[in-house]
Amino acid sequence: MTDETIIDVHDLSKKFGELTAVDHISFQVKAGEIFAFLGPNGAGKTTTIKMLTTLLHPTSGEIRMNGFDPVHEQSKARASFGIVFQDPSTDDELTAWENLELHGILYHVPKQLRRQRMDALLKIVGLDDRRNDYVKYFSGGMRRRLEIARGLLHHPKILFLDEPTIGLDPQTRNHLWNYVKELNTKENITVFLTTHYMEEADRIAHRIAVIDHGKIVALGTSEELKQKTNTTNLEDAFLALTGSSIREEEASAVDTLRIHSRMWRRRS
Amino acid sequence: MQTIYILWLRQIKRYIRSRSRIIGALGQPLLFLLALGFGLGPVYQRAGGGDYISFLAPGVIAMSILFTAIFSGIEIIWDRQFGFLKETMVAPVSRMSIMVGRTLGGATVATMQGLIVFIITLFVGFRPESIAMLPAMFLTMFLIALLFTAIGTAIASVLQDFQGFQLIMNFLVMPMFFLSGALFPLDNLPKVVALLTRIDPLTYGVDALRGTLIGSMHFNFALDYSVLGGITVLSMIVGSYLFSRIQV
Ligand SMILES: Nc1ncnc2c1ncn2[C@@H]1O[C@H](COP(=O)(O)OP(=O)(O)O)[C@@H](O)[C@H]1O
Ligand SMILES: [Mg+2]
Repeated sequence: MTDETIIDVHDLSKKFGELTAVDHISFQVKAGEIFAFLGPNGAGKTTTIKMLTTLLHPTSGEIRMNGFDPVHEQSKARASFGIVFQDPSTDDELTAWENLELHGILYHVPKQLRRQRMDALLKIVGLDDRRNDYVKYFSGGMRRRLEIARGLLHHPKILFLDEPTIGLDPQTRNHLWNYVKELNTKENITVFLTTHYMEEADRIAHRIAVIDHGKIVALGTSEELKQKTNTTNLEDAFLALTGSSIREEEASAVDTLRIHSRMWRRRS
Repeated sequence: MQTIYILWLRQIKRYIRSRSRIIGALGQPLLFLLALGFGLGPVYQRAGGGDYISFLAPGVIAMSILFTAIFSGIEIIWDRQFGFLKETMVAPVSRMSIMVGRTLGGATVATMQGLIVFIITLFVGFRPESIAMLPAMFLTMFLIALLFTAIGTAIASVLQDFQGFQLIMNFLVMPMFFLSGALFPLDNLPKVVALLTRIDPLTYGVDALRGTLIGSMHFNFALDYSVLGGITVLSMIVGSYLFSRIQV
């Protein structure tokens, strides 16, 4: 890790109509750091990642990704990162192998290196013998593993992992984190991950930002968070910071209506 | 270049793998050929129009290209709903190359569909004027396909879901088809209808196709190709812009 700041976020907000999904957050991630966003469902983690990765425009605030503004310097910003999305994003009508190949080409990974990594990654995620099967016949867990393999196919400066371990068995989880750690140390890749599993953040992240209702309520190493809240484990620290009420992730009927009424309007 | 190729290839693979879609999309042209061709044929002939199947075949081929092309363009909505769109959106490649790859892919697919329908028309008794014009027919089909895939992609970039797609079908695509002269000659039309047919880009596609297949046309190749080419380029530019503004 160096002292160079690679992700710089200042006073960032995102509103969806009345709802403030991300509420004036600021933070910096250093080059080579593993940085975690820890927060309950609906806290605003994915929305933040979408703004960092050019998929959504902020309502206000500033972002620098590897020095570039994801709103006005989209292609330079895009060349700086790779991402494993929270939601499915593979092509069902293609095979696992074809999905990887397409990704490798979009990210300009040279053919030989691409094939080599595709082989290795398919083994890591346990899909080696299913490489020529259509993704539409895959189970949820298999799709997830394919997405992860795909996300690791090229080695960007910054790697985003949005709740990567949801739906994974413990073995694959373990493989994944070991691989990510290795990428981080060997290739000095900055990792930005989100999770709502405390032990994952605790185990892998150098620093953790606890986010709730769109606001960062605490930021520091796992030790610092425990000290701050006077707790002995991160789980208690987390509950102390975010309260213990259960959060709903599903869109309410009103949200659904809102989505339909947006049909003809461009998203703000 | 590789980006364009791989996105083109994706469309082709998806097309070839969806056999039910290919066959399903043949039903409509066949119906038009049989019902209109044999139903209206005698009336058309009595009115001094000549062989209606010959007149109708290029129109029906253009129709199948129109629908397949628009549908290929509209696939962006599908990609949005199934999540694949995000994968292309964040890729470090120019929006124009994504747009060109997708559009060429969709256009190739629509041309293939047009060729299949062309073969069907041969079975229904259609005979093209001259074999020598077949390359020109092929080119014309591809131009029509390119134009409407580009339009479909541009439209799909601003739609969120399939409800909008229904509107587009009923208020844009169907009128474009019926006003294109695919089913009736463009002579002696009421003023308003004549004007509408002239602002319909498909009119020029149908006309050029008829020129290559039966050697008779309303306008001329120079006008037809310039209109088709011009609107295609325009749609691609507008489409890339709209595509670059998509948020997911
Ligand atoms: N496109 C959208 N339109 C409207 N509301 C949204 C949209 N995306 C997210 N939200 C809302 O923003 C809030 C934050 O969501 P999200 O960032 O996905 O949370 P997290 O990833 O932390 O679970 C939630 O209340 C969610 O319903
Ligand atoms: Mg999320």
